[in-house]
Amino acid sequence: MPDAAPETRAVPPCTVRVASPLRSYTGGAAQVAADGSDLSAVLACLDAAYPGMRFRMIDEQECIRPHIRLFVNGNEALRLDAAVRPGDTVHLVCALSGG
Amino acid sequence: MTDTLWIGTRKGLFALRRQPRGWKLTGPQFLGHIVHHVVQDPREPKRLVMAAKTGHLGPTIYFSTDRGKSWKESAQPPAFPKVAEGEKGRAVQTTFWLTAGHASQSGTWYCGTAPPGLFRSGDHGATWTAVTGFNDNPMYSKWAAGFATPGGELLHSVLVDPRDPQHLYLSLSVGGTFESTDGGANWSPLNQGVHADFLPDPEAPWGHDPHLVAMHPQQPDRLYQQNHCGIYRLDRPASRWQRIGDNMPRKIRDIGFPIVLHAENPDIAWVFPMDGTTVWPRTSVDGKPAVYMTRDGGRKWQRQDAGFPRSQAWWTVLRQAMCRDDRKGPGLYLGNTNGEVWGSAEGGARWRNLARHLPQIYSLTFAASRGRGHA
Repeated sequence: MPDAAPETRAVPPCTVRVASPLRSYTGGAAQVAADGSDLSAVLACLDAAYPGMRFRMIDEQECIRPHIRLFVNGNEALRLDAAVRPGDTVHLVCALSGG
Repeated sequence: MTDTLWIGTRKGLFALRRQPRGWKLTGPQFLGHIVHHVVQDPREPKRLVMAAKTGHLGPTIYFSTDRGKSWKESAQPPAFPKVAEGEKGRAVQTTFWLTAGHASQSGTWYCGTAPPGLFRSGDHGATWTAVTGFNDNPMYSKWAAGFATPGGELLHSVLVDPRDPQHLYLSLSVGGTFESTDGGANWSPLNQGVHADFLPDPEAPWGHDPHLVAMHPQQPDRLYQQNHCGIYRLDRPASRWQRIGDNMPRKIRDIGFPIVLHAENPDIAWVFPMDGTTVWPRTSVDGKPAVYMTRDGGRKWQRQDAGFPRSQAWWTVLRQAMCRDDRKGPGLYLGNTNGEVWGSAEGGARWRNLARHLPQIYSLTFAASRGRGHA
């Protein structure tokens, strides 16, 4: 009897919670899915799906913009190489600013 | 179609549309966005380009191909090149100024940013690339020395000589005015004669604070400048500015942001003076708003305040928030820091309110129903 084929399972994407100022890019969706092993890859995935979204959060020097905060499973990520695992939740947060 | 006044505000984009019996306010579009500039393409009047950001999100550019009914975001907004890890690079904080390119260069636009950067688009605003002749100029760190205004260190007043697309001017607040005769590859300061009472050296070659520089459309050798330190005129090829603001009434002085030029007569210009004394209140002088007009290149100035509040009106007009239309009057318009738009169909002789209760107005630009608009 031949060996059973190795089981292939799709890697579940992470869940991205989108702050309201960014929902013009996601068609109004507050939650979307994205793939990537770190924040940089997740953001690249988002930008491919929602062009222009990344640059509103990350400047041309790869710095997180002053009023943007990124969280992975509730922990603030200060660098874009922060690890993201399948099933994680990424929050894109717009910090309170101005009047 | 109808003439439109595009109103860029701290909280979104509005428009006044000319109707048979006056102007009708429409909008907002982009509610909550900080809109610094909206400019009609004089070469293709259906096209518009807008510089905007929000309080949270980074700066970008939007463009329209249907007179502002719908907008698309630039796929590649103005951005400085990424530097190597460990080096300190520049990042655009504000897309501030827009200028349509030369009539012979369809689709070409210029954008000025804070921190100071000059960017060019060749595809109607869809994508932007840096003008490295300025942004990476060996003198950049001296010209743009980091003396930021409250809104950042701004690059504005990008002017294109209608006779020669290679002949450009730009200005920095703070930094001064600069000229290129080779399409932006090389730049030279053009600040002789301009006062800078905040600099140790009153004859410094750069470091000045031009608030707005304007080129006369029919006589491009004539430039006017409303500076932090006065009103000036320059007739090229001369390179020394003349302070025509010394002829303003002593009590009013010659500080302000905008300056608007007549379409045909190069001796006619309008300014909106503000209080630049002591701690710089930046309000209308004595709370009495007034436009001042010259008909002779700045030798004499005439007060134009009919229709404005007579007292206790402490607003001012920012550099992109005063314009004229393409009619005989001409129609003059200004948007103020209190969210009001005022217009005069008779070249400033009498003013009336066209809109109020808007957010703080950053820019007011005229878009003609056909033909040329005016930034």
